[in-house]
Amino acid sequence: MKECIGMLLAGGEGKRLGALTNNIAKPAVPFGGKYRIIDFTLSNCANSGIDTLGVLTQYSPLELNKHIGNGKPWDMDRQNGGVTILPPYTAKHGGDWYSGTADAIHKNIHFIDQYDPEYVLVISGDHIYQMDYQKLLDHHKQSKADATISVVPVPWEEASRFGILNTTDQSRIYEFDEKPEHPQSNLASMGIYMFTWKKLRSYLMEDAKQGSSSHDFGKDIIPAMLSDNCRMYAYRFEGYWKDVGTVQSYWEANMDLLDEDWSLSLNNKKWRVSTNDSNFPPQYFGTNAVVKHSLVKSGCWVNGTVISSVLFKDVEVDSNSLIQKSILHPGVKVSKNCILERVIVMENIVIPEGTNIRIGKEEEPLVVDQQLITEMFPLVGGEVV
Amino acid sequence: MNTMMGLINLEHEHHYFHELTYFRNGASIPFAGRYRMIDFPLSNMTNSNIKEVAIFTRNKYRSLMDHLGTGEHWELDRRNGGLFILPPDWNDPSDISKGDLQFFHNNRDYFERGKSSYVLISGSQFITNSNYKAAFKLHLERNADITLVSTQVESLKKEHEPYCRIDADEDGWVRDITNDKKNPQVFTGVYIINKDLLMDLVDECIAHHQGDFFTAAIQENQSKLKIQTYQNEGYSAFINSIESFYRHNMNLLKEENYLDLFYKQPFIRTKVSNHPPVTYREKAMVKRSIIADGCVVDGEVNSSVVFRGVTVESGAVIKDSIIMQNCVIEEGVYLENVILDKDVHVTAGQKLIGSKNKPYAVAKRQVVTT
Repeated sequence: MKECIGMLLAGGEGKRLGALTNNIAKPAVPFGGKYRIIDFTLSNCANSGIDTLGVLTQYSPLELNKHIGNGKPWDMDRQNGGVTILPPYTAKHGGDWYSGTADAIHKNIHFIDQYDPEYVLVISGDHIYQMDYQKLLDHHKQSKADATISVVPVPWEEASRFGILNTTDQSRIYEFDEKPEHPQSNLASMGIYMFTWKKLRSYLMEDAKQGSSSHDFGKDIIPAMLSDNCRMYAYRFEGYWKDVGTVQSYWEANMDLLDEDWSLSLNNKKWRVSTNDSNFPPQYFGTNAVVKHSLVKSGCWVNGTVISSVLFKDVEVDSNSLIQKSILHPGVKVSKNCILERVIVMENIVIPEGTNIRIGKEEEPLVVDQQLITEMFPLVGGEVV
Repeated sequence: MNTMMGLINLEHEHHYFHELTYFRNGASIPFAGRYRMIDFPLSNMTNSNIKEVAIFTRNKYRSLMDHLGTGEHWELDRRNGGLFILPPDWNDPSDISKGDLQFFHNNRDYFERGKSSYVLISGSQFITNSNYKAAFKLHLERNADITLVSTQVESLKKEHEPYCRIDADEDGWVRDITNDKKNPQVFTGVYIINKDLLMDLVDECIAHHQGDFFTAAIQENQSKLKIQTYQNEGYSAFINSIESFYRHNMNLLKEENYLDLFYKQPFIRTKVSNHPPVTYREKAMVKRSIIADGCVVDGEVNSSVVFRGVTVESGAVIKDSIIMQNCVIEEGVYLENVILDKDVHVTAGQKLIGSKNKPYAVAKRQVVTT
């Protein structure tokens, strides 16, 4: 028996990330020079002492499956518990895709039941934050709640973009307002739920019977529990939290790492973000190299100028090239005399000599994929000759 | 299929590493930003399709064992074969063996249980990225008893002195193994030997109270053996002293050397860490340097090798130096021709300058303060 196990929703497509999620699920998108988005939540679980985790996958799961493997980087290669990848499946009674977040959990009730947990943590793999779920669990137990939703204060003017929770002074939730026009509170749901398993289980069973339901936590389960007057509490989280749902917010969250505050830090030894590491040699800087205000991963070879940028492993920046406010995914090669500003270059792309792509401050950063390079350089087919 | 098993024999390795070996043996000295000396023979073996490797080690092997762990980083955590660290365990009361023959005698099981009929033996002081598949092929084709891997050294230095020299005919058959210091054909300490022959020679050496396998069994026995030589190509270095250690780290700052040693697939492998990417802050200035993961740099790094997790605060200058793991270099520090071992803390404003021929070395975990 486990006191608390985690269920991590990682099947989302992330449509608004455009080309970044053409071939991989959103949680597997590279982030922060070394990581994938899901590493932040996986590491939160590991650092919070949650050693049993189901990862629900659906959309383009190959990279994600490979990345998580047996869970070793997070010390989740356990004999009892550990990480289990839970894809949609067929069985005697047939089978179907996961039709919503609640449906995904419902279809894996047998997975949860085998650990007979008291509490279940439901999180999603597409947010960037560092949080101790143990504190959330303590709060949940103290308030004898049926469900506790983690909230973060957002600026009032942005509150209407979020799911807002209206609470009493004792932080009991009485209303859930999805993207309200006139918000009464600025406490946004972070999509992090702690449930008392028995309670959630019965609501999931009930919800599964409703043909009209969209089987979604935010739209169906939470409202149903609220209308039954369940004990629902808000847990206030102070610190960095970001939904990297759009190209703009993905880019911003990467840039935020360059000015780390202690609530989001890759260098905090007490809260390490873990991931699969590669075996590339240390990075090399040539005599013409300039590097400032950046994150650079091993295997990089820099002879140009890198300012306020994030370079993943095995990236090359040749001489007389300038990389500014950009994110270069693993294996990107930038030839001589290039200027890149506010762009995100996808894995293994070769930027031909003399390329100049500068995106203005007002515009959304540009995702550079092979198609774009081929269009820009039709004669050489995007390959450096 | 013919296969080889591996042996890294650290017995009889002479070295002059001083401060760097206060707390570890020569094989676990950190090198080139994230590696240890033993990574080179070990990776070259696994890259040569060797699936079991034994290590003979007598002294100060805590750090070595910590580094190697289960062998997983070299894919040696296997059901069949794998990594066998064999420290001294002299349990045979009738044992009369000495030197490395003691290791051979007490670990006969390793050789007898292994399915391979050939053994590749290596030390830890020859640094190169090459696999020995071609050498093995040559060994089989020529039907040799022993194949010695050698390399042609352009300019002979002090570090080459302890190594034998090879005199071979044009077909590569060894005519003589000498200690002729002027011969540039240097034996790398790497050789392939037929396993049955190895065990016979071990018995013979013990019977004659010998204490050094290579010298007694091969060098002094050469007329009775069919010995081939195989020429190792590409960048390589012999490292057995502080001076050669420093010089060869600095040599890696030449692009072509670094590319040849580390960017040639398959890669040299080492223990993988969980460090974040390097954080460069506003005042960072880095030129002609090798920097490993997990560093936070806000100062100036010029022509230096910086290991994982080092902090360089603003205004600090590091020049022609080697800074090992987790060192902290505070504001305004000036370092030139310096080797800092792991966990050294240099407090604000300190100035340390060594010379190229005699770099200033600071042992592990020291605090440099006024």
